[in-house]
Amino acid sequence: MNSDHVLAGDRRRQKRERTVHAAFRAATLLSIAISVAIVVSLIGEAVAFLAQVELDQLLANGWFPRRSRFNVSTLVVHTLLVSSVAMMVATPIGLGAAMYLSEYAPPRVRRVLKPALEVLAGIPSVVIGFFALRYITPQVIQPLFPATDLSNFAAAGLGVGILIVPLIASVSEDAMRAVPQTIRAAAYGLGAKKWHTSVRVVFPAALSGIIAGLILGVSRAIGETMVVAIAAGATGGSLTTFNPLDGGQTMTGAMASLAIGSDQVAGAVAAFQSLFFVGLLLFVMTLALNMVSERVVRRFRQRY
Amino acid sequence: MAAEPLTVELIKRRLLGRRRSGLDILIATALLVSLLVAVGVLVLLLSNVVGQGGPLLVERGFKFITDPLSPTASEAGLRQGLFGSVVLAVFVVLLAFPLGLAASIYLEEYAADTRPTRFLVANIRNLAGVPSIVYGLLGLTVFVGLARGVTNGRTLVAGGLTLTVLVLPIMIITASEALRAVPQALREASYGVGATRWETIRHHVLPVAAPSILTGSVLTIARAFGESAPLLLAGAVVSNFFAAPAGTNLIGLVTRESYTSLPVVIYNWARQPQEAFVELTAAGIIVLLIMLLAVNAGAILLRDRASRKPSL
Repeated sequence: MNSDHVLAGDRRRQKRERTVHAAFRAATLLSIAISVAIVVSLIGEAVAFLAQVELDQLLANGWFPRRSRFNVSTLVVHTLLVSSVAMMVATPIGLGAAMYLSEYAPPRVRRVLKPALEVLAGIPSVVIGFFALRYITPQVIQPLFPATDLSNFAAAGLGVGILIVPLIASVSEDAMRAVPQTIRAAAYGLGAKKWHTSVRVVFPAALSGIIAGLILGVSRAIGETMVVAIAAGATGGSLTTFNPLDGGQTMTGAMASLAIGSDQVAGAVAAFQSLFFVGLLLFVMTLALNMVSERVVRRFRQRY
Repeated sequence: MAAEPLTVELIKRRLLGRRRSGLDILIATALLVSLLVAVGVLVLLLSNVVGQGGPLLVERGFKFITDPLSPTASEAGLRQGLFGSVVLAVFVVLLAFPLGLAASIYLEEYAADTRPTRFLVANIRNLAGVPSIVYGLLGLTVFVGLARGVTNGRTLVAGGLTLTVLVLPIMIITASEALRAVPQALREASYGVGATRWETIRHHVLPVAAPSILTGSVLTIARAFGESAPLLLAGAVVSNFFAAPAGTNLIGLVTRESYTSLPVVIYNWARQPQEAFVELTAAGIIVLLIMLLAVNAGAILLRDRASRKPSL
């Protein structure tokens, strides 16, 4: 720097400072533009869809866009079915793994097993979908329930469960590790055993973070597409079923299927627009869950 | 008097003996088992995929990567998928990385903690939670539809922009975390000798945060690399065949109206009912996983190089 210039008074530096500031702010404001674009693109076509279909089409038997039957509740029920299976698997495994890593694991074990969980988190969902279809169904589901089709919600749910285990484990582990050491020390001081300390002291203290993690898990499970599209059977349409051993379409499965055109007939505008209606519903559901999750953390966080 | 040493002994033994109750051991084992189940599934998945796809990969060798798509399983290869994925990754690196970094610098270094800033942060967090397929609808409406003049419709450009928008929020969040970890004293020292905000960031904050920004970004890009749901909507071709390229130059290939990517090809193969496609899918998955592994290994190398430089 030339010492002739008074530091703060250097025009060039001031100008550069302002330019950089403006450019960075513009990059940040882009995120607002993205949000607006999402909402506008979803709402526009979704409203057009609702304006076009009759009420009895929305209440028709099942989801068959090719035959103008758009009962969205079918898809919602199936999505909840898959998510329930996924959460039933992922909750105990994820929480158990988190508590082991946070409270029990010796450093050496942790150094090996935690990266393994991170690798699992990095496996693309198409790969899990293939695994669900070609391994979970024939090797796990069909030996237990021989009459099951290759495509079924149970396998898809197990696949989605595998996918969200690392998420639940990492969020819950962070929550448990955030519990201060003094609280554990206090429990030991009162004569509590190891398990008593982890299960009855650390777990409740970390509960807000754990619940937030579980809600995020549900949100991910609802929005997961590829596993369901591959393993649950995503072509044609489907009737409402509550049996996890049946196959059919979920919200995301129906969207994938509409997107690749297997459910579309030439000139069927409503079928195309239904894609956006289902998308909007999905967006609202996951957004609500994510906001609840944030609120849980903020509202019930223990201040130490 | 004789009983006293005995009591002391007893208490001492109780306190130091580290005797674990049966329940204690049972619970520790149960927790370990749940962790091992998760890791075991990973091992099972990998060994299953390698077992099914390995022989085919060995047999076909490099031809599997260079052969184009085909309805015949024994001839089908990954050529278009691989090309598409590489171009898409380049888009994400060139667009999402600088934009994400710029936004995170603004949020962490420039923006005051005001209501609008908190709204921006909350908005970005919410965007990061939007399912990827919804970004596909955005891509379909905006990049394939509205911006047709720029993207030429269902092209790699539209796909690349869609993936960029998808990973941008995640990129911002990871980079912000890296910047937040830089000690405040470093900035104050820089201001103290008269540096401007940008000079402080450029010469002091960024070099310290670089290793974690790099690893975070690479992980994010790897995520985009494995993503397929939004591309199904943003125009990727899900088929065993599409027409040979009209233009042979790179621009022509990037802007023509049919493209696919590695995960999309794998999805298409996975849904074929013929048995021959099972091995093909597994082989494709091995290639995808090897590429992801290479990207992550690259990230670790980059991080080591970046952190070897004396930064303080």
